Amino acid sequence: MLADQDRIFTNIYGMHDRSLAGARQRGHWDGTAGIIKKGRDWIVSEMKESGLRGRGGAGFPTGLKWSFMPKESDGRPSYLVINADESEPGTCKDREIMRHDPHTLIEGALIASFAMNANTAYIYIRGEFIREREALQAAIDECYAAGLLGKNAAKSGWDFDLFLSHGAGAYICGEETALLESLEGKKGMPRMKPPFPAGAGLYGCPTTVNNVESIAVVPTILRRGAAWFSSMGNPNNAGTKLFAISGHVNRPCVVEEEMSIPLRELLEKHCGGVRGGWGNLKAVIPGGSSVQLLPHTVCDEAIMDFDWLRGQQSGLGTAAVIVMDQSVDVIKAIWRLSAFYKHESCGQCTPCREGTGWMMRVMERLVKGEAEPEEIDMLWDVTKQVEGHTICALGDAAAWPIQGLIRHYRDEIEDRIKHKRGVSAVAAE
Amino acid sequence: MLRRLHHTQPETFAFTPANQAWAEGQLTKFPEGRQASGVIPLLWRAQEQEGWLTQPALEYIADMLGMAYIRVLEVATFYFMFQLQPVGSVAHIQVCGTLSCMICGAEDLIGICKDRIAANAHEISADGKFSWEEVECLGACTNAPMVQVGKDYYEDLSAERFNEILDELAAGKVPTPGPQNGRYAAEPLGGAIALAEYEAGKAPLNASATLATDIGDTIKRIDGTEVPLLTPWVRKAAAADVVAKKPETKKRDTKPAETQTVAEAEPEILSAARDGGADDLKLIKGVGPKLEGVLNDLGFYHFDQIENWSAEQIEWVDNRLKFKGRIVRDNWTEQARILASGGETAFSKKAPKEG
Repeated sequence: MLADQDRIFTNIYGMHDRSLAGARQRGHWDGTAGIIKKGRDWIVSEMKESGLRGRGGAGFPTGLKWSFMPKESDGRPSYLVINADESEPGTCKDREIMRHDPHTLIEGALIASFAMNANTAYIYIRGEFIREREALQAAIDECYAAGLLGKNAAKSGWDFDLFLSHGAGAYICGEETALLESLEGKKGMPRMKPPFPAGAGLYGCPTTVNNVESIAVVPTILRRGAAWFSSMGNPNNAGTKLFAISGHVNRPCVVEEEMSIPLRELLEKHCGGVRGGWGNLKAVIPGGSSVQLLPHTVCDEAIMDFDWLRGQQSGLGTAAVIVMDQSVDVIKAIWRLSAFYKHESCGQCTPCREGTGWMMRVMERLVKGEAEPEEIDMLWDVTKQVEGHTICALGDAAAWPIQGLIRHYRDEIEDRIKHKRGVSAVAAE
Repeated sequence: MLRRLHHTQPETFAFTPANQAWAEGQLTKFPEGRQASGVIPLLWRAQEQEGWLTQPALEYIADMLGMAYIRVLEVATFYFMFQLQPVGSVAHIQVCGTLSCMICGAEDLIGICKDRIAANAHEISADGKFSWEEVECLGACTNAPMVQVGKDYYEDLSAERFNEILDELAAGKVPTPGPQNGRYAAEPLGGAIALAEYEAGKAPLNASATLATDIGDTIKRIDGTEVPLLTPWVRKAAAADVVAKKPETKKRDTKPAETQTVAEAEPEILSAARDGGADDLKLIKGVGPKLEGVLNDLGFYHFDQIENWSAEQIEWVDNRLKFKGRIVRDNWTEQARILASGGETAFSKKAPKEG
């Protein structure tokens, strides 16, 4: 198990003092000005060195992303936008950072903004997190009062303002360009890329969008050194990571662990194991709703990191682990995700707008077993026509869980069609 | 998904003065000419004030931001948190139905809503008090199943506990939000494994539930006086000395409010403020413009009147304020003592000064 002194989020359960004073006691805001004085290039190269990969799902190297920002302003300001629109089903880690350990995020925002030549950063938090918004705003106010934000923030010589804004219940706004649209006061419909946000993002200005966790780990990495961070996890999968485990384990929780931890160890050490024992496991979705599920047969050797899961055609995503035991109707579980994507499609691209509805309706019939066996292949075909044919990745995300289901549980779908047994009631809305 | 404005609309909309000030404060976050960025927060505040989003509210906000009505309508119909029809007078219950919650029992919770509130989502119950809907993932999956009621999450629910919560809400009470099965936050049930050393010294409630009980606005219609409006990024010349003086941080008294009934006694009251004018009672945490007005009407104008209230006198005032327990919870007498002697509290430091 990761030792407590190697944790970045030392108050993730909120049991220690949540105020600035408490954060300082735990070592945050220590020598922030000193870090900034080491300069932009040092910070960016140290972040590259650390091997940190973005924690929002895609796993793009954070330091590299920062280096895309213009070094000199052409007259336009630069912005850092922090994506706190945590809505990927299964994911509930950023919420814990924002309400219980907010100073990691605020300090990270200052350092990251400096590294990207941004005097202003926005945090875009999902609308439903109302108390989290209040807690985070209170922490920001505390920092302003203590001189850690504002003019000459933390006596670093850098002027920095941090603003909190919010959404109102649209999953798509977690997509970076949809988020920028929303932050500009429009419908959250993703933009075509290029131009990439680093060239023209918020208000047409150079912008980097980073996940909350990616930013919140920055100060600790810089304080303890890139080598410390990269010493954890397998090569190319460095560091520690917040895992959010939900579903059929005995004691679900959010916990920070070393990357590349075996799935079984994660579930048994921290969650008291699978409900009814390891043998009762049916399937695991290892990285939030958008990745393909892992059938129990591969869970024994599953390693929780980007590369191993990619090798299984799944993914680490946001490290939101949804555990399903044998009581779960796995076809219905995936139908529920299809319903989610249908509900959340923004309607901009036809393959996604129409495709998510088709996929959901076919899934509905597969749950009941009221379909022809050929429809399984037809459904596969539809997922392939949606995947890769949309502006943003929501279409892909809607297709992948179904592909995973068909790959691993085709027998079960066929059996159900054969026996027409099905579950009695699927809500048709 | 088809979302339209409701067929019956009220005549007018206006923010309360405090909400108006709040809305204007929001707009200072965005660069000149980018006020449209504030549209979601402002629409949300309008909904918090009225319970749902009305057409006059959309138009009011569009005018305020210099946006075309259609642009605001687009936003209001795109984002699912905006209620475009009236909701239950006590609460609108949002049940998370996405995968983690579904496999942990959300379907039972939805069944309860259908039985007890209304057969269909967005329909108002027969007694007018409740409405409900199934929403997509609310981001508290480790605490599944859960519902959102007003501003707060009720997590780790069982069907039984959810029924009790509905009973309590119907009876005019607000159960304490957060996990309902003895958990603190997102740690494993039964005690943290990581970071277990902090287990012993923890505050009674996690951050969200603390805010909910401190502010007491879980299902309240928001008038803007609940949380002070701060815009510390707006730099004024005078702001420098505020930062310079280190606020004397006072630990909030965490003793639970007295719940025994105390006999009431009338405190000393004045018919008008003494010479030199009334004190700014809003500097007391927990007092907004509205409450200040009520206090003035009752005959309280000065900190020194408040600092000496006895338990019986607090009871007398409490019974006339309709904010049961707030005086003790926010420790007004202690705050007033500091303010009366010319000192500052952590809260008054942050509050906008009058004049």
